[in-house]
Amino acid sequence: MFNLLHRLSSPPSFFAFAGRALPWLLGGALLLIAAGCYQGLVVAPADYQQGDSYRIMFVHVPSAWMSLFIYMVMAAAGAIALVWRIKLAEVIASASAPIGASFTFLTLVTGALWGKPMWGAWWVWDARLTSELILLFLYLGYMGLESAIPDKRSAARATAILALVGSVNIPIIHFSVEWWNTLHQGATVTKLGAPSIHPSMLLPLLLMAVGFKLFYFANLLVRARCQMLEREQRSHWVSTLIKEAA
Amino acid sequence: MTPKRTQRLLLITGLVVGVGIAATLASLAFRENMLFFFAPAQVLAGDAPVGRNFRLGGLVEAGSIQRAGDGLTVDFIVSDGAATVPVRYKGLLPDLFREGQGVVALGRLETDGRFMAEEVLAKHDENYMPPEVAEALKTAQDNKQPLAGRPM
Repeated sequence: MFNLLHRLSSPPSFFAFAGRALPWLLGGALLLIAAGCYQGLVVAPADYQQGDSYRIMFVHVPSAWMSLFIYMVMAAAGAIALVWRIKLAEVIASASAPIGASFTFLTLVTGALWGKPMWGAWWVWDARLTSELILLFLYLGYMGLESAIPDKRSAARATAILALVGSVNIPIIHFSVEWWNTLHQGATVTKLGAPSIHPSMLLPLLLMAVGFKLFYFANLLVRARCQMLEREQRSHWVSTLIKEAA
Repeated sequence: MTPKRTQRLLLITGLVVGVGIAATLASLAFRENMLFFFAPAQVLAGDAPVGRNFRLGGLVEAGSIQRAGDGLTVDFIVSDGAATVPVRYKGLLPDLFREGQGVVALGRLETDGRFMAEEVLAKHDENYMPPEVAEALKTAQDNKQPLAGRPM
């Protein structure tokens, strides 16, 4: 198992593997997101309190989950890069940052669009919203720090430390609605006990969540392959690849 | 694991644990400021700031909403089950504002104990269901505990 992982993490085999996995991931993502949109916008019933406005949840909640998940991937990849100095881990952490920042931005925007009609405010400084905004700044800071250091390998080390330090924000975001009084409601699905959402509404939510996850992996592989080529441009396997393509 | 890698692993574990402890201590120290609103019981106990704006959160008590003749001023009572605070607000209310609904009002406490709100936000819960299911749940609950302790 460890051997297989080790072989897969070498740049040329990762490049080939990612290229093969890409169409499957992208196809699965599009299929699931299309099914989720249909289920969420057409099939699922209106909410007893919020009417049709709640449907923005099918974008907002999966985006929010992704914003946390991608940061955890970045922190874990950063830790691996720091300890074992594996190039693939550096590339994955770095390629994840813009995707995570986009999902965080999407979470904040859809949250504001949902908040105005339901709460009566686009934005409030409660613990959940504020900690999610800090997450966006962490992503942006990560990308800024990375582009400020010309050498890729030292940039990877510096950003890995930032990602690890910032990872304390992740449990804060998740538990903010329990630890403090917030305007944002508590967890519906990611809590102990049964989800407090009707199955007809849970289905599109889960479809979208898995669809978003596959979309992230597809996007990640595209970016990671591209970065790998850039970093390895002087290596033998890249020049063979170019010769084959020519 | 080479000794060097073990050392690096320990180092970053220490870093994350250290930052985690620092964040915990900081958020405990700022506990008061992290609260988005005060409940009526906290207000009556004198925990809420006096003479400046703060947020009051709770449920709108059933049957307490009274609209004044001008159509904009609304009086209602916010309750947390333990205590109640009367609130007056002049302005547009969010769609979700209704009896039994969670609200968060920003404003100040007058000397007569009335809370003059400048802004009223509705808080919704984490439950999502179709109207028919909500209706069925309500009927089931009503049948289970007939009249006892239920506000009419």
